[in-house]
Amino acid sequence: MSKILIIAEHDGQALNLSTSKCVSCAQAIGGDIDIVVLGKSIEAVASQAAAVAGVNNVICVSADYLEHALAENWAPEIVAMATGYTHVLAPSTTFGKDLTPRIAALLGVNQLSDVMEVLDAYFFRRPIYAGNAIIDVRVPEDSITVATVRSASWPAAAEGGSAAIENRAATGSASAHTRWVGLESGGGDRPDLQSASKVVSGGRALGSAENFSIVYSLADKLGAAVGASRAAVDAGYVPNDMQVGQTGKIISPDLYLAFGISGAIQHITGIKDAGTIVAVNKDGEAPIFEIADIGLVGDLFSIIPELERLLG
Amino acid sequence: MKILVGIKRVVDFNVRVRVLPNGSGVDTDGVKMSVNPFDEIALEEALRLKEAGKASEVVVVSIGADECQQQLRTGLAMGADRAIQVSTSSAVQPLAAARALLKIIEREQPGLVLLGKQAIDDDNNQTGQMLAGLWNRPQATFASKLEVDGDKATVTREVDAGLETIGIALPAVVTVDLRLNEPRFVKLPDIMKAKRKPMDVVPLEELGIDAGPVYSIEKFAPPPQRQKGIMVESAEQLVQELKNRGLV
Ligand SMILES: Cc1cc2nc3c(=O)[nH]c(=O)nc-3n(C[C@H](O)[C@H](O)[C@H](O)COP(=O)(O)OP(=O)(O)OC[C@H]3O[C@@H](n4cnc5c(N)ncnc54)[C@H](O)[C@@H]3O)c2cc1C
Ligand SMILES: Nc1ncnc2c1ncn2[C@@H]1O[C@H](COP(=O)(O)O)[C@@H](O)[C@H]1O
Repeated sequence: MSKILIIAEHDGQALNLSTSKCVSCAQAIGGDIDIVVLGKSIEAVASQAAAVAGVNNVICVSADYLEHALAENWAPEIVAMATGYTHVLAPSTTFGKDLTPRIAALLGVNQLSDVMEVLDAYFFRRPIYAGNAIIDVRVPEDSITVATVRSASWPAAAEGGSAAIENRAATGSASAHTRWVGLESGGGDRPDLQSASKVVSGGRALGSAENFSIVYSLADKLGAAVGASRAAVDAGYVPNDMQVGQTGKIISPDLYLAFGISGAIQHITGIKDAGTIVAVNKDGEAPIFEIADIGLVGDLFSIIPELERLLG
Repeated sequence: MKILVGIKRVVDFNVRVRVLPNGSGVDTDGVKMSVNPFDEIALEEALRLKEAGKASEVVVVSIGADECQQQLRTGLAMGADRAIQVSTSSAVQPLAAARALLKIIEREQPGLVLLGKQAIDDDNNQTGQMLAGLWNRPQATFASKLEVDGDKATVTREVDAGLETIGIALPAVVTVDLRLNEPRFVKLPDIMKAKRKPMDVVPLEELGIDAGPVYSIEKFAPPPQRQKGIMVESAEQLVQELKNRGLV
């Protein structure tokens, strides 16, 4: 039977929903599921992890030098406890993408990225070429499987679990080479882009950071998170953490509204799993209309305020 | 300081990739191939460091079949000083790529290794992190800003929560994100000049690495397509439609 270790993603206070999505993936693999929480003062996160249904044990390793998720410090901890597990999973967020390959290399195995479906415990489905091809990949059964889990493909696991919490001492020490300096957060109090059920996005057409305020305003009316195309981020209208797409965030809200976004393949990759896609673009030939569930040809500068009024 | 830049030959980002009808792979026949876009950014950064007097030599390395020499030549035309092809006719998975790059590092002793954050064919996003782990050196992934100061660097990283800054000691591996810089265009005279720059070929077998446990791809399939939906004529109709579907 499989024995699966999930690496918790958190910010010191709250468990990221991506961890609970890994639990769903682990349940599809089948077997015993443990979550490891690394960090500093992580009691609150540990109890949230213990409350995810289907989890057997939560292993906590707390140390000052584990406060920030530096791969140099975290990877050796995971490697030290990996023996006995058949699978190690982490979300394929920037957190998991940074950390997990280092773990795999230290364990002497390849890593599987972006698992979207489990065919059996050693047989997985994942996207390549920005989602233009889907591959079925068989991994060897006689070595540990290390994988990242594509959050947008998995539902969050249910709550109501009561896993045992076990505290363990850290085995490593602080890296002499790498130092955490700081984090500048782009987002304010709006819903989190990766877990929001509604997302309003703007593209290059917005034209300026000031103009982008109409997107925020509509999002606030809908209780939605705000996203953007790469062009809008590159032009400095919005911070980088709002980018949706192949090299930004892959999201799966129930409702996605795209304003002035042409629908480049790299952007579409990020929204393929959305429930309903709405596109507003002044160009009736824009490729985004090929995949939109509801399309409207028109000028976003008149349509957004109108929508806000109609929803009011 | 020497900088080593990893360059992978990939299907150009503008090509709409198609899965072969028999599911054995994607169609690369007659398809435009290019330097992985992130690797171009990595090389641009290396060249700027050299131009700023912070690096003495820029070496590009590619693991692949002989065709990847074209992409190495592009790298030389952009301004790299030398190229190394680690030649192999079969595709290498990230662990093998990282182990091969480590062997090249042992030979070349670079102060900085710049790679792309991901190759846009397999979208793995692993090689740099693996390399840093095997090398037991710092990794700064998804870099959107890199400041080198002697044997230290400060790197701004694009993470889900915003922009993270870390300080690292060199040598180190830095993987680059799109907003780090805008790569220069190659000029014709530089293409001519590049032809005379040195290109070493090292057979992969000669490096004596173990590829580790490899996975096998059993099937390629096209992604499920989203259906084209309906068009509405006005904001009123749009709101009505959203209400009908229970979305607002
Ligand atoms: C390796 C790589 C990775 C990439 N990753 C991503 C990624 O993660 N995410 C991403 O988004 N892109 C990504 N891109 C970029 C992508 O290819 C496109 O360039 C980008 O998505 C375009 O953004 P846009 O749609 O906002 O701009 P444009 O393509 O310029 O489209 C603007 C649209 O606005 C419409 N418009 C203009 N004025 C109005 C108006 N007043 N009202 C209504 N509509 C209007 C126009 O008709 C047009 O369709 C990547 C590219 C590469 C090479
Ligand atoms: N075959 C290769 N040859 C040279 N560099 C490579 C190769 N494969 C990967 N890399 C480097 O590693 C980065 C990340 O690739 P990947 O982990 O495959 O997504 C790429 O952007 C390259 O810089």
